[in-house]
Amino acid sequence: MKILVCISNVPDTTTKIAFTSDNKALNTAGVQFVINPYDEYALTRALELKEANAGTLTVLHVGEADAEPTIRKALAIGADDAIRINAKPTDGFFVAQQIAHHAKSADYDLILMGKESVDYNGFQVHGMVAELLGITAITPAIKLEVTGHAANLEREIEGGKEVITAELPLIVSCQQPMCEPRIPNMRGIMTARTKPLQILEPVSADVKTQYESFSLPEKKVGVKMIDAANAEELIRLLRNEAKVI
Amino acid sequence: MSVLVLLEGADGHVKKSSFETAYYGSQVAAQLGTTAIGLVIGEINPADLPVMGRYGLKKVFYNNDSQLKDFVPGAYVSVTAKAAELTGATVIILPNSNTAAAIGSRLAVRLNASLASNVIALPEVTDTTFKVKQTVFSGKAFADVLLTNDRKIIAVKKNAVEVVEQEGAAEVEALMVDLENTDLIGKPKETIKATGKLPVAEADIVVSGGRGLRGPENWHLLENLADALGAATACSKPVADAGWRPHHEHVGQTGITISPNLYIAAGISGAIQHLAGVNSSKVIVVINKDPEAPFFKAADYGIVGDLFDVLPKLTEAAKALSQ
Repeated sequence: MKILVCISNVPDTTTKIAFTSDNKALNTAGVQFVINPYDEYALTRALELKEANAGTLTVLHVGEADAEPTIRKALAIGADDAIRINAKPTDGFFVAQQIAHHAKSADYDLILMGKESVDYNGFQVHGMVAELLGITAITPAIKLEVTGHAANLEREIEGGKEVITAELPLIVSCQQPMCEPRIPNMRGIMTARTKPLQILEPVSADVKTQYESFSLPEKKVGVKMIDAANAEELIRLLRNEAKVI
Repeated sequence: MSVLVLLEGADGHVKKSSFETAYYGSQVAAQLGTTAIGLVIGEINPADLPVMGRYGLKKVFYNNDSQLKDFVPGAYVSVTAKAAELTGATVIILPNSNTAAAIGSRLAVRLNASLASNVIALPEVTDTTFKVKQTVFSGKAFADVLLTNDRKIIAVKKNAVEVVEQEGAAEVEALMVDLENTDLIGKPKETIKATGKLPVAEADIVVSGGRGLRGPENWHLLENLADALGAATACSKPVADAGWRPHHEHVGQTGITISPNLYIAAGISGAIQHLAGVNSSKVIVVINKDPEAPFFKAADYGIVGDLFDVLPKLTEAAKALSQ
């Protein structure tokens, strides 16, 4: 089985977000970048499938050289090799075109990725790659099992789930509770240094959106405290003051 | 030219959350000087459809192909693309659900459209630009994004507009599409849903619990308050990770991000990842025994106290209100 896992390089989830003074970009000072948490589910599940079925696991990242520690970490967790498409990922469609261009000629049985990245949260790339390649995307999946050429999946919907069987090749976007993400061990970290990392130049691609500026939510003016002994007062305030019940 | 609105159904009816999507679509149509037309796929009660006129739709196309009772990715994209072609839609509005978003991303490629997700307000439209505001960094920030293609697809979050109902009935027309076999790949064998429970993402009021509840056996305290308020229940990540509650109730940065009118958090300290998922809520109430809990800084109302005392009191007061 030949598996591709697409990963993003994102601020750690504990990051307090701030922007540059012109509000045009994230202020990356002091920000720790990590593998997108949803992509970790994709990567770990891909490893488990590879171990059970034999095959190869390639990770792909669309981004600049500063993402290489994140790519090496994916190799340390257990991917066989990596590809970095050397371009600034400007929007979901740009990234999807890069992935599709590579995957078109590579004949993957499975293309896995997180359901979204925790920076731009587009929930877009999997569906776009699916359409560009003419392959079905199951998104977002909470379970993925493969027997021969058939995949058994569960897809999360509002308030429940769907049970799906489909033939490979497939694109699957992943989220918890698909698996327990792995952390690299020492041997993994050592071998990751020598695993192949291929750098490819991007294909020219359409950009259809343009991020003009960023802003932060307004701070709350202050919390109104209610005495626990008089908790009923809260219900009265929610009805008469906040008018939300 | 028109604005096409994809409406979602559940249990044979148009979802209440889609009324808001419809109204949003009608307001975009007004901005552009055109009309809004709806599309609903699946087995929906026909009596629901003319009613969509109240939310500003002039017409609703319906596709009740028996193969499309549940979500089938390729087929839903093909039907929506057909409706877009028939209506000459330049803007397509979707709800920001897992299902609609899965349609939106494929549709954006098929129709060569700009796609914006997590949109929280009406667009700013001029003769030459079309700009939307969306949440980014999992709810920690906002971005203003220009959609530069002639055709646009916008996935709209809950509470992006305040709905004003109006008079009028929508015209209703069947729209059947010949499907390819490949359109039917990924059709669910089965759909499993908690019956009679309001999904968290769609609820106007959400009552949420954290580790402070000490165990799943205490969840009735939250559920009682939720029942009294007509609310959905949710939980924090540690609670879902511990298996006290199903994952689809987990709100936060790596769970669902929500924007209800009222969010009540009991026994949740308010880690930055949790706040990201809920800080678009209109009003936030925090109940915690620790006066230093960071969540109080993001709250509108707070109670420092033992939730085992406070929740039953609130439940009684809420019940008294509805009597």
